[in-house]
Amino acid sequence: MQRATLDLWVGFFVAVGLAALLFLALKVGNMGAFDSAKTYEVKASFENIGGLKARAPVKSAGVLVGRVGDISFDTETYEASVTLKLDARYPFPRDSSASIMTSGLLGEQYVALEAGGDEKMLANGERLKLTQGAVVLENLIGQFLYNKAEGEGKAENSPQ
Amino acid sequence: MINGLLNGVRRLGHRVVDMLWRMGVSTRFFLLLLLHSGQCFRRFHLIIREVFSTGVLSLIIILVSGLFVGMVLGLQGYETLQTYGSEEALGILVALSLVRELGPVVAALLFASRAGSAITAEIGLMKATEQLAAMEMMAVNPIARVVAPRFWGGVISMPLLAALFSAMGILGGWLVGVVLIGVDEGSFWSQMRAAVDFKEDILNGVIKSFVFGVAVTTIALFEGYDAPPTAEGVSRATTRTVVTSSLAILGLDFILTAFMFSGV
Repeated sequence: MQRATLDLWVGFFVAVGLAALLFLALKVGNMGAFDSAKTYEVKASFENIGGLKARAPVKSAGVLVGRVGDISFDTETYEASVTLKLDARYPFPRDSSASIMTSGLLGEQYVALEAGGDEKMLANGERLKLTQGAVVLENLIGQFLYNKAEGEGKAENSPQ
Repeated sequence: MINGLLNGVRRLGHRVVDMLWRMGVSTRFFLLLLLHSGQCFRRFHLIIREVFSTGVLSLIIILVSGLFVGMVLGLQGYETLQTYGSEEALGILVALSLVRELGPVVAALLFASRAGSAITAEIGLMKATEQLAAMEMMAVNPIARVVAPRFWGGVISMPLLAALFSAMGILGGWLVGVVLIGVDEGSFWSQMRAAVDFKEDILNGVIKSFVFGVAVTTIALFEGYDAPPTAEGVSRATTRTVVTSSLAILGLDFILTAFMFSGV
């Protein structure tokens, strides 16, 4: 085969291959979507984070406003310390509250941010005061059974 | 009785020694190949010709099988996810399974049987017809002239082919899931983008396909170079290339996955 046509085909092949890589990076992966945007970090302590993982979404009113950065265990308070990386486009009041929710019945866990009423906005590195940990299903069932047993006991003891 | 047992043990020992010997020789062959690679980069058109014969000629089989694998993933994934009412996660399922595993592995398996066997047959036949010996007579190093360009051609083609396979597969999944079945297009792409990480998933997939490229081309070249110079020898070497490189791909894939996605 002629060298020129060979070069043409190989050039075409390499260009298409690189285009496929670019497609994977930009359209399929999250490169350029959120990670490159400017972020500020806020810390929050939770009693129990359940199945929350790093890179889980942080949502406010259902809109993605950031991602969970780092999760560590604080040995002084014996609570989970979670770093939230929030998009710099969305400032939140200082008395905002964070809670861990589950999307759907079997879905992944995410952090829901609810805006407060303070006039001052959260700065980089600040700590959220109001938090609510994940709901543990076993505790919920235990409480339900306990309440039910208590209710039945009352019904039996009450005079006819 | 005892003699038979001894013979069995002897045969086993012979096999192990033979295998170790081949491993040693192939490692030396690989190092020699790297040593002589400098020359072929100065004559780059040799590599371009090999990228053509290993990469461009494998394009059609890679693209078509990528499309079909993606379409099957779309169908099967939809069937399973539908029972849990989470069809929107189809994008995540298709993209993650292709980018992490199926893309690099299946593309490498196809590459081994499409391009690897051709490399072995070509070099084996060159050796059988004494073309390699003739080159040495002319003071041309056959490793620098014949082996190294084929190696780099394969190593360059493999990651590109794997990326094309994954991209085609995702398009196939989209075709079946969104266009045919009617999964919501917006959540298909947005959930995929939320779940697929560039460094964790895509870059690791590219690293995998690069490692597979090195392994497959080295095995193919060595088997060809080592083949007995007979018709039967070349045919056996070609078979061995496909078997050994397929096993090597699957074994290496397990090791790489264990390192990359152990989830520390």
